[in-house]
Amino acid sequence: MDFEFSDDQKQLGAEARRFLQAKCPPATVRAVLEGPQAYDAALWKGLGEMGFLGIVVPEQYGGLGLGYLELCVVAEELGRALAPVPFSSSVFLATEFLLAAGSAAQKQAWLPKLVSAEAIGCFAFAETGGPVSPKTVQLAATGDRLTGTKIVVADGDIADVAIVAARTASGSDARGVSLFLVDLNAPGVTRGAVETIDPTRSHATLTFKDAPAEPLGDAGDGWRLVSEVSDRAAVLTAFEQIGGADRALEMARDYALERMAFGRQIGSFQAIKHMLADMYVSAALARSNGYYGAWALSTGAAELPEAAASARIAATQAFQHCAKNNIQVHGGMGFTWAFDCHLFYRRSNLLALNLGSLSQWQDALIQRMRDRNSQAA
Amino acid sequence: MNFDDTPEEAAFRAEVRSWIDANAPKELRAELETSGFAGVSLSDVDPMAVAKAWQKKKSDAGWACLHWPKEYGGRGATPIERVIWGQEEGPYGALAGTFIIGHGMCGPTMMAFASEEQKRRYLPPLAAGEEIWCQLFSEPAGGSDLAGLRTRAERTADGSGDWIINGQKIWTSGAHYSDYGILITRTDPNVPKHKGLTMFFLSMKTPGVEIRPIKQANGDSGFNEVYFTDVRLPDAQRLGAVGDGWRVSLTTLMNERLSIGSGMSTGFPELFDLCCRVETANGLAVDDPAVRQKLATWAIRTTGLKYNGFRAISAISRGETPGPENSIGKLVAGSTMQEIAMFAEELQAQAGIMTDPDLTAASGRFQRMLLRSPATRVEGGTDEILRNIIAERVLGLPADIRVDKDVPFNQIPTSAR
Repeated sequence: MDFEFSDDQKQLGAEARRFLQAKCPPATVRAVLEGPQAYDAALWKGLGEMGFLGIVVPEQYGGLGLGYLELCVVAEELGRALAPVPFSSSVFLATEFLLAAGSAAQKQAWLPKLVSAEAIGCFAFAETGGPVSPKTVQLAATGDRLTGTKIVVADGDIADVAIVAARTASGSDARGVSLFLVDLNAPGVTRGAVETIDPTRSHATLTFKDAPAEPLGDAGDGWRLVSEVSDRAAVLTAFEQIGGADRALEMARDYALERMAFGRQIGSFQAIKHMLADMYVSAALARSNGYYGAWALSTGAAELPEAAASARIAATQAFQHCAKNNIQVHGGMGFTWAFDCHLFYRRSNLLALNLGSLSQWQDALIQRMRDRNSQAA
Repeated sequence: MNFDDTPEEAAFRAEVRSWIDANAPKELRAELETSGFAGVSLSDVDPMAVAKAWQKKKSDAGWACLHWPKEYGGRGATPIERVIWGQEEGPYGALAGTFIIGHGMCGPTMMAFASEEQKRRYLPPLAAGEEIWCQLFSEPAGGSDLAGLRTRAERTADGSGDWIINGQKIWTSGAHYSDYGILITRTDPNVPKHKGLTMFFLSMKTPGVEIRPIKQANGDSGFNEVYFTDVRLPDAQRLGAVGDGWRVSLTTLMNERLSIGSGMSTGFPELFDLCCRVETANGLAVDDPAVRQKLATWAIRTTGLKYNGFRAISAISRGETPGPENSIGKLVAGSTMQEIAMFAEELQAQAGIMTDPDLTAASGRFQRMLLRSPATRVEGGTDEILRNIIAERVLGLPADIRVDKDVPFNQIPTSAR
């Protein structure tokens, strides 16, 4: 058994960390938080130059042709650094949809651009508040035209191409959901940026009015593709969350060592120590579940749906737990704009919802365990 | 990242599997598989007799205490071979519970500090399950604060070098069926508490040793009080130097941490199974969204511990030594087990209070687990001590400020004084 990343994979992680320490210090994140720009374009370009946007993309499309374990270690570093770039939208979602269902022409048209950072991709899914289900996907597809509105589309304001879930057969059935590829710079698309709890990652409302679109994958196969790609993205996002949780825990630990009160380091008080120990426990459980998800993703194992849900749940809980208690350990200073604690708190709560809520994933995990048990019986 | 054995590991696993297949008490398998999360209980046979027979059989074939040297009753196996053995032994491993303190803690301490002659005398029968050992550490005034122990060992004045022991130990698992024990005592109360301790081993039949089972809150009696009244021990039964008992005890406790690989049960699979059978007002419990949220949280703790164990095994396979980060196992499993037991009761509503195996879901196991689980959060390091270990030894936070540091033991205030 070797339930660990290889030396080469760890080296890639170390390389990504060095790159991000140089190109994405907290000041870079803060510049996006406070400034007008939706993301850090220089960092995005740099990630493309490093090859990080095409880790799993075949070499014929300009990618590195490596595996998902390599992508996981890089995702963890992006999470630690709170990288203010459209990585998850473009790499975990748009690229994955293209790899899963794109035609040769669609892959040829978009993958090289996505890999080189020349283009940004996104995924437009939700139309209403509350959990997305087949019946909430009502954006109408008529032939090769789309009409309707998608809300809180991550990076919708800066993306060049969107994968859009639309309804090709009326009703509320999953079989009436199909995916489309839309060039967002074409006529018929309007976008409006929306403010969110984490301004370091941009979001927008996308409105389509007879917007030209190409089918992606088979008609009626959209919901299945969304589920498949969501599971893959769940593992990758879990690594982002694991990285964020670890960094928040380190910040809290460092502050507990440095801050003196009542004549002693606050880290010598058991109330603080036990809080930090619990943060460590949640981060460790997330990491171990994440490793299993990474194994399942990288090998295409039948266990992926359960492993992905477990990784997602554990990582969401860990990042939220570590980020909120990082503020608590910092006390009043943790609630100032100047300290970075709130950046982690914001991101942890954003990532907790970006692929559906915690309770949706909890529901999915138990349903999947149930399905497996009834198949076995 | 893979779950595959190396060719050597695969060959070893095949050998283990075929031996176990040919020799294990298969008629008990089903019962052992379901009794894991609430202690071993076997309906038709004496668990001690079965445990001793299985241990002896393993020993005769060279499968006992795999990591010990052959001359002391072991196999000289590598750590990863020991893990593979544990995986293959599966439910039969629960039978070794009786020997776990002897094999995991007393044996390694004897190995490190006993004379060659003593090792050859005591270790092989310990490995074979013929002699059972216990660990006489905790005291009424020294549990989490182990170094606060008060059992006295004093040299006799007759020049023999013998020691006279007086005092009391408590929470000694299995003392009532043990043949030998390792015993930590205070030999010098005039120095700070960690510096005045000395370790011994002794026969539990030594005159002056009195064992009184403790009736536990759940009605069982797995632990004991052990009283020492003018117990005379030869100096040859001392382990380590006089005053060096704290360091000797750390050897014992470090070995406890190495006993990983089997993983601790949380009761999750049993609860999941219950939820697939119990009807609530909204249909099956497992289909209730509120139930699902709880189940999912316990599921990821259970899988997290499992894969944490796999990571530790991988580290062992690479030749590394598992560290204090493995303290999370019992911390997470103990409280999860208690939460799961309470929730399983809750699902059964009024019927949940009954303990009769014939009248309850899951044969009363959740009720037994409910009543046993508070002990899991206390024994072998309380939840709070484990959090201290994680905070201090994993995260590097400062130790608590000790008001008894550098104070001679006999001047430290105690509630007993």
